[in-house]
Amino acid sequence: MRSRSREFDSSTLNESVQNTIMRDLKAVGKKFMHVLYPRKSNTLLRDWDLWGPLILCVTLALMLQRGSVDSEKDGGPQFAEVFVIVWFGAVTITLNSKLLGGNISFFQSLCVLGYCILPLTVAMLICRLVLLAEPGPINFMVRLFVVIVMFAWSIVASTAFLADSQPPNRKALAVYPVFLFYFVISWMILTFTPQ
Amino acid sequence: MATPAAPAGGARSGAGPEWGGFEENIQGGGSAVIDMENMDDTSGSSFEDMGELHQRLREEEVDADAAAADDEDGEFLGMKGFKGQLSRQVADQMWQAGKRQASRAFSLYANIDILRPYFDVEPDQVRSRLLESMIPIKMVNFPQKIAGELYGPLMLVFTLVAILLHGMKTSDTIIREGTLMGTAIGTCFGYWLGVSSFIYFLAYLCNAQITMLQMLALLGYGLFGHCIVLFITYNIHLHALFYLFWLLVGGLSTLRMVAVLVSRTVGPTQRLLLCGTLAALHMLFLLYLHFAYHKVVEGILDTLEGPNVPPMQRVPRDVPAVLPAARLPATVLNATAKALAASLQSH
Repeated sequence: MRSRSREFDSSTLNESVQNTIMRDLKAVGKKFMHVLYPRKSNTLLRDWDLWGPLILCVTLALMLQRGSVDSEKDGGPQFAEVFVIVWFGAVTITLNSKLLGGNISFFQSLCVLGYCILPLTVAMLICRLVLLAEPGPINFMVRLFVVIVMFAWSIVASTAFLADSQPPNRKALAVYPVFLFYFVISWMILTFTPQ
Repeated sequence: MATPAAPAGGARSGAGPEWGGFEENIQGGGSAVIDMENMDDTSGSSFEDMGELHQRLREEEVDADAAAADDEDGEFLGMKGFKGQLSRQVADQMWQAGKRQASRAFSLYANIDILRPYFDVEPDQVRSRLLESMIPIKMVNFPQKIAGELYGPLMLVFTLVAILLHGMKTSDTIIREGTLMGTAIGTCFGYWLGVSSFIYFLAYLCNAQITMLQMLALLGYGLFGHCIVLFITYNIHLHALFYLFWLLVGGLSTLRMVAVLVSRTVGPTQRLLLCGTLAALHMLFLLYLHFAYHKVVEGILDTLEGPNVPPMQRVPRDVPAVLPAARLPATVLNATAKALAASLQSH
């Protein structure tokens, strides 16, 4: 899933699988760095790919599954629900920003929104670690603080990448659904309790 | 994307005109109008073209292989280079053909430009419409203007979903988010779309001057009041406060919608029918969201956790824990009576 024109010389087709995977992983890692230290740049938009969002979405969905004691709950629907919510939410936001007059392509926007879930995935990891300690109000406050910080980080990161593609007077209209989207994901992370 | 380069050998010359003709039928990117006359349906299935091309290329490759097998080292490299270039050309053509087909299908079936005019708003327009949705206008003699936009209503429905989920968080119900999410989204969108359609149908029966888009916009902006009330009362759990807000804020937004509808309907019976239905549905929905939604939450909690959970772990709530639907009105009345009694006693 690459955006650059493919080099169809035989060197790319004949290289070992390891080379291909390492190259793609490096590209994904580079974009992760761009998300963690957001500044206005075109990297996410120019070389979009959907591997990163897929990895993040699957990680998040796996971590939000709880090992159920009850035999009726097999945890399956939770994975599917998170997956569907992330991807359909991203599609809805993309359609909205396109309808508002943004000049960003469909997959570029999906790429940016997916990559900006990274801070929330980190928050999920931290929450999981914090939940290993004993439960209580302090536990909840720590998790709340972490999730709020990461939620703000996600919004700042996605705004830094998406804002330029919107007409200047409509940025707020385009950012608001992004806010709702990450709010819902943060809500899912905060209310998670392994049982 | 590399355009079909100068062909290696004359084999490619046949492909030029076909692809060129195909290219003319692609409509320009981003156009809002589908020019059906220019669509050549027969060229839509480029499978025959691809099949033909493949067949031709396969024959050429077979020839090239046969020639390579016959020749010795001197010409072997030349043939291999030819084959590499051939494979690149084939892959390129396939990529372009696939891309063209996909973009044609996308532009035909997923033409979002149809919705573009309904999202043509500015932030201050949205803000002023949100505030106006709480202000009923008295003049009902001539039809009031309804802005036909979908951005505000859509965002309000999503906000309502988020507030419903937030309400569950503050009430500390930790259960399968998936089911709750589906319920929240289904409830809000179902109300917005379903009640809009129903009232539009009634408006059609009562000869009211309103279009479906205007009805969607009107009801969508009417949800602003619901969002405010629920956001406040999910954080401050006081029944009296909720009833106050229900009457005030819910009533204001209902009055606004009723006034607009009255201005667009002729005849007292029709006005009564239309506006009475809308007012009843709107106010009852807010009541439902506050009370019965907690009941839905509690019901799911009970079915999932089972009887093993000791009552200590439950967060104490105002609403009784398990409640069959038939007794809800009675309980609402009881809760009202209790709230009134409490407020009367405190004075």
